[in-house]
Amino acid sequence: MTGKIKGLKCRECGRAYPADPIHVCEMCFGPLEVDYNYDVIKQTLTRESIEKGPPSLWRYIDLLPVEGRATVGLDAGYTPLVHAKNLGAQLGLDELYIKNDTVNHPTLSFKDRVVAVALTRAREMGFETVACASTGNLANAVAAQAAQAGMRCFVFIPANLEAGKVLGNLVYRPTVVEVEGNYDDVNRLCSEIASKYPWAFVNVNIRPYYAEGSKSLAYETVEQLGWKAPDQVVIPIASGSLLTKIWKGLHELHQLGFIDPVTTKLHGAQAEGCSPVATAFKRGVDFFKPVKPNTIAKSLAIGNPADGYYAIKATNESAGSMDFVSDDEIVDGIKTLAQTEGIFAETAGGVTIGVLKKLVKNGLIKKGDVTVAYVTGNGLKTQEAIAEFVGRPVRILPKLQSFEEGVPHAN
Amino acid sequence: MPSLKYHLRFPEEKVPSPIVYEIGKEYPVVTNIRGANVTETTGWLNLELTGEIADIERAVEGLKQKGIQVDPIELDVIE
Ligand SMILES: Cc1ncc(COP(=O)(O)O)c(C=O)c1O
Ligand SMILES: [Zn+2]
Repeated sequence: MTGKIKGLKCRECGRAYPADPIHVCEMCFGPLEVDYNYDVIKQTLTRESIEKGPPSLWRYIDLLPVEGRATVGLDAGYTPLVHAKNLGAQLGLDELYIKNDTVNHPTLSFKDRVVAVALTRAREMGFETVACASTGNLANAVAAQAAQAGMRCFVFIPANLEAGKVLGNLVYRPTVVEVEGNYDDVNRLCSEIASKYPWAFVNVNIRPYYAEGSKSLAYETVEQLGWKAPDQVVIPIASGSLLTKIWKGLHELHQLGFIDPVTTKLHGAQAEGCSPVATAFKRGVDFFKPVKPNTIAKSLAIGNPADGYYAIKATNESAGSMDFVSDDEIVDGIKTLAQTEGIFAETAGGVTIGVLKKLVKNGLIKKGDVTVAYVTGNGLKTQEAIAEFVGRPVRILPKLQSFEEGVPHAN
Repeated sequence: MPSLKYHLRFPEEKVPSPIVYEIGKEYPVVTNIRGANVTETTGWLNLELTGEIADIERAVEGLKQKGIQVDPIELDVIE
C-alpha cells in the first residue's frame, strides 16, 4: 500500500517530519511517532483482507510503518491466544486469555515483533548496519534477525553481564561490545554513538518505527477474540512502549471501523524492585522518579523509562490501574502459569501473572470480564530465577521395589 | 561543532537557581533550552549543549555536581 505513512509527528508539540531515521523533535526535543493516512488505509484494508494474510504480524502490514514488503522477521507474531480455563478457574475468571508470546519467532519473546518491523524498515531505508543496547531479549532478537537478514550487527552491553546472556547473543555472531563502566555510562555512550554513526540503532534513531511493532499484539488479540477488544488487559512495563502501543493499536482498529469504541482498561505491571512507573501512577502523579533496578525481572529493569510518562497517560485515559509485585510473587506467578496452563514464562510473565492475581483480589477484574494477560517471554531464558524454587527429582535405585517405596503415588 | 541533547531533572531545592545560566558561564558551551516544565516543587528541562565533546562532557559533570539529574534525551536505551 503506498501513501499510508504520512510521516513522523512530535508527541509533544505536534510538529510534522518526513519518515526519516530520526526520533527527536528539533523544536522541543519531544519523541517522534509515526503518523498514518487512515483514509488511505481504509480504502483497501478490511477484516477479510487481514484474515487472508500470512500467519505472522505481517498480516497487519498496512498498519505498520514500512513502505515495501516485509523482508525481515517473516515468522514473528501471530502467537496463540490461549483460553486459560485452569488458571481462570483458580482465580475465579470465566474469560481469561493468555497472549502467549513465549513462542514468538525466532527468539521466543515479544521483541521479535518490534525488531521485525525495525529491521524491515531499516533495510528499506538503506541501512546495512543495525545496533542495539540490551542485556537480554532485545539483543537476542536483533542479533538473530540481523543474521537472517545478512546485516552487520553491533550489540552493546555493560561489562560483567552473566556469561549465559552473552552467549545467547554471540552464537549469531554480532559484534558484542562490552562497555566498561556503570549502566549510566553505557547508556550515555550508546546515545552518543547513535547520534554519530550512520547505523540503524533500533531503539534509538529507529525507535519510532520499532515501537510500532508492538501494536500487532493489540491487533492479534482483537482478531483472535473474534474482532472484539478485551475488557481488561494486563501488560508488563519496562520502557512503557508496549503498553502505549497496545493502546494505540486498539484505537486504530476502532478508527478503521473494525471494532466498537474502545472501553478496554489497561493494567500496567512492574516488579517492586524496579517500579518507577507503577509507583508514580499509584501516587497519582504523571512524572516518575528514576530508580536503580534491583529485581529478578531483568527484562523489565529499566529505571528511567523513555515512555513511562506516556504509559501513565494511556493507563489514565483507559481508567485502568498499575501495580507491582515482589520477587517472590514473580516466582509464584511463573509457577502458577506453568502448573495450570503448561506455559513456562520468563520473569516478565511472572510479573504479569502476579499483578493479575492482585487485580482479581482487589476486585478490579470481575468474573465475567474478557481479560487478556500478556506473557511476553520464554522461561527457558531466565531459568536461574526459579532454579531454587522448583524442587528436586525423586531419586531411586534401579529396582522396582525402590520405585514403589520411594516414589509417592507409584502404586 | 557537535550538539548533544539532554533531559535535566531538578530536585525541589534547586528549582529556583539559575543553573543553566551558570553552566554557560563556567564552561565553553552554548546552552539552548528547548522544552521545560518547572513548578514550585519540581522541574525538568530539555537542553541542548553545543561545543567540543570534551567540554560538553565537562559541563554535564558540572551539572551533576550541582545536584541535577542529567540523562541523554532518550533516557534509558538499554532494554
Ligand atoms: C519479555 C519482555 N516483556 C516486556 C517488556 C516491556 O516492554 P517495554 O519496554 O515496551 O515496556 C520487555 C522489554 O523491554 C521484555 O523483554
Ligand atoms: Zn516537538
